[in-house]
Amino acid sequence: MARIELRDVAKKYGSVEVLRNIDLEIQDGEFIVLVGPSGCGKSTLLRMVAGLEPISSGDFLIDGERMNDVRPRDRDIAMVFQSYALYPHMDVARNMGFSMEIRKDPVAERKSRVAQAAETLGLSNLTDRLPKALSGGQRQRVAMGRAIIRDPQAFLFDEPLSNLDAALRVEMRLEIARLHQKLSATMIYVTHDQVEALTLADRIVVLNGGDIQQVGSPLELYERPANKFVAQFIGSPTMNVVPVVGTATGVTAGNGAEIELPDQPLTAQAKELGVRPEHIDVVDNGSGDLSAVADVVEHLGSDTNIYVNVKGIGSMMVRKHGNIPVKSGERLGLRIQTENAHLFAKDGTALRRVA
Amino acid sequence: MSAVKKPNPALIVGKYAALAFYLIFALFPLYWLLKIGLTPDALIYSEGTRLFPSEVTFSNFTTVIFQTDFVAYFRNSLVVSLGAAFFTTLFAAGAGYAFSRFVFAGKRIIIALMLVTQMFPLLMIIAPIYKIVADLGLLNSLTSLIVVYTAFNIPFATFLMQSFFDGIPKDLEDAAMMDGCSRFQALRKVVFPLTLPGLGATLGFVFTAAWSELLFALMLISKNDAMTFPVGLLTFVSKFSVDWGQMMAAGVLALIPSCLFFIFIQRYLVQGLTSGAVKG
Ligand SMILES: Nc1ncnc2c1ncn2[C@@H]1O[C@H](COP(=O)(O)OP(=O)(O)OP(=O)(O)O)[C@@H](O)[C@H]1O
Ligand SMILES: [Mg+2]
Repeated sequence: MARIELRDVAKKYGSVEVLRNIDLEIQDGEFIVLVGPSGCGKSTLLRMVAGLEPISSGDFLIDGERMNDVRPRDRDIAMVFQSYALYPHMDVARNMGFSMEIRKDPVAERKSRVAQAAETLGLSNLTDRLPKALSGGQRQRVAMGRAIIRDPQAFLFDEPLSNLDAALRVEMRLEIARLHQKLSATMIYVTHDQVEALTLADRIVVLNGGDIQQVGSPLELYERPANKFVAQFIGSPTMNVVPVVGTATGVTAGNGAEIELPDQPLTAQAKELGVRPEHIDVVDNGSGDLSAVADVVEHLGSDTNIYVNVKGIGSMMVRKHGNIPVKSGERLGLRIQTENAHLFAKDGTALRRVA
Repeated sequence: MSAVKKPNPALIVGKYAALAFYLIFALFPLYWLLKIGLTPDALIYSEGTRLFPSEVTFSNFTTVIFQTDFVAYFRNSLVVSLGAAFFTTLFAAGAGYAFSRFVFAGKRIIIALMLVTQMFPLLMIIAPIYKIVADLGLLNSLTSLIVVYTAFNIPFATFLMQSFFDGIPKDLEDAAMMDGCSRFQALRKVVFPLTLPGLGATLGFVFTAAWSELLFALMLISKNDAMTFPVGLLTFVSKFSVDWGQMMAAGVLALIPSCLFFIFIQRYLVQGLTSGAVKG
């Protein structure tokens, strides 16, 4: 149980500032997911919370107590590494029980806790194996076991599933979701995977270039991205963003098409229009907001992805539920669901919709 | 259906032939050493080129052991080599760990300087070393050899140890610290067991280098009771004759510790101890 706070935290390596102005309050039992492009500082932030990396400036608090200079061992936080970092010279049981061994807990208690964790994770018949004799998925489980056995205040995960194949990833994702429900401990989870982020998180923190771009629930980020970066980073397939000229009541696209946006008060400042692929409707040629030519059509069964070329704008993507009978080269009309459209100002910040 | 391809028999024969050839090439001089050591003195010149002597004797060995100072030389060599191996490995492990894990001011300069020390021919610096050792009053002492060998082996041993530490993922130490270890505990419980192959290799390397070192031993030691084995071996060469049989017998005996040492450490030299630590 822990409430974790970061107040104006920054990290510098020499003169290079890799994180700045990090303000974040994580509630007790909350599941926070950190996402962002490679090199944006996710691991660094996690390692600062763990105590493995010194904090250059700002305050780090657990349950209101400043912990900047507290050693990792005294923070009562467990971490699952992307590389798993299993001790190669210890068998599975000793790997999992190592923290209790260091704490000098009674051997009997350690044994029973290890057995219990091994049971939960389906590792019972592997406890006397060395890590090198385990598959990737089994190693991952051992790494998880090592963390849960300690019953810590908070868990940190640094891309724990990225070395697993797709099927195992789904399975372990559910495992982690269950774990969170069961333990209701605070968790901070770093991932590259959209689905992991959207399914696991209570709140997602989007980082880019060392800055927090936005913090919010998965739905908030999807529906009300604070800026163009978040808009394009969250959601798959990626949001279409096209340059426009703002008018009093809507926007004018590059090909002269005028799109009315009745619920947008600030259309005059708009420089770009963003529409998610699933928020564009396919209509008869000649009607709708834009006329387009289908380029590549992907039939996924449940959905149809249509890559279109719009004259004067360029290529866009449309995603429709079900099987849409569109052929490559066909002329289509596109209607933009204006209630789901986003407008971005010159600096990329989103212009707020009414209500 | 079997996915495993049957190996080509010709290839196997070829491999073993190549190995056999190499073994003969490497072991023949050792065999010759043993053979001459076992040949009675009277027959050495008449049977010099025969592959097997017509008569075998252990008299050279018993003479060397019981009637010369060989045992003292041997003991001196053991003290010096073990001492040098121990201290070199101790310092090299510390320095290698620091080079591998920490960023600190002057790191590159220190590494460059250590490389530079490897570039001077020994003959160039032997006189100043002699002067220093003499000024310290350490001439004719085993300590002088331990100090000098340690100093000269540290740079290479440090690079060796550094590469071993580089091979141990830093995540392992971080994981240990998350598991409640202090940095020192993480070193002792996680890093140290994984560095055993590196420590073994470094110990073995320095031990053998010190065991067979002649130049410094010759310069710094002139008293018989402090001589190491390579210097002592020269006493078998008198002005007018060389006692080949005894010299070879001494040579065979001198090989024993190196062999034992490598048998002892070879289980730590097996690679792959860190496999399974990371990724899948
Ligand atoms: N020890 C270090 N010295 C200097 N710069 C560093 C160091 N460690 C990390 N960095 C820099 O800090 C930035 C953030 O690194 P970090 O590992 O936190 O990224 P990340 O978001 O975890 O990336 P990824 O998704 O690839 O894991 C990077 O630009 C990296 O080059
Ligand atoms: Mg990372």
